[in-house]
Amino acid sequence: MARIRVQEADFDLGAETAALLAGRADIGGLGAFIGTVRGDVGGRALAALHLEHYPAMTEAAMAAIAAEAERRFALAGCTLIHRVGRLVPGAQIVLVLAASAHRQAALDASSFLIDWLKTDAPFWKREEFTDGESRWVEARDSDTAAKARWAG
Amino acid sequence: MNGGGGAVRVLYFAWLRERAGTGEETITLPGDETTIAALIALLSAQSPGHAAAFALRTSVRAAVNQVFAGPDTKVRPGDEVAFFPPVTGG
Repeated sequence: MARIRVQEADFDLGAETAALLAGRADIGGLGAFIGTVRGDVGGRALAALHLEHYPAMTEAAMAAIAAEAERRFALAGCTLIHRVGRLVPGAQIVLVLAASAHRQAALDASSFLIDWLKTDAPFWKREEFTDGESRWVEARDSDTAAKARWAG
Repeated sequence: MNGGGGAVRVLYFAWLRERAGTGEETITLPGDETTIAALIALLSAQSPGHAAAFALRTSVRAAVNQVFAGPDTKVRPGDEVAFFPPVTGG
């Protein structure tokens, strides 16, 4: 069963890893991805990212992505945590953990999970710059292409 | 088939919310079934803000009852319909 959370609070990689591994002797590898707030956007200084989501839909969409990963890879467990609200440069945004008996499935599944989170979960980012200007981040073709790598 | 039309709850997110000037509203359908495309046409006529929100149709995504939907997806009274830009999380 996947652990899925959407929260304003920060998360702790060590605590989440321990929770996923607790009592398990069938896991041989754990793939992890953490997305963080970059403080520079094309040479402009970022004050913060604002993460908005669709509360009634978000966790169900994340669960569907996790279920798809479980269908494709021999996963022993996975954790998806996505933060919302105002996040300053350096802050953690998203955590993906994928556990399996063997490393390849763990690494492939963590890569799959973050690619799909970027295109299939209802989150939106707004950039707040240090000069006071603010703008919504536009979806990137490269994210769609990254997801398309997993077609089939 | 109740034949009399009915209300759908409409939600907006990100810049669609800002342009529409609201995050949530209730719309009465003219009949007992419509589509996302027809609902967009109906909503676009509500105000200049709504028209602006839906002006760039290729940048508008939708969900019906919390599931991603397309232009031909059916909308019925009691449904929750959400409109938003392409997602940018992760």
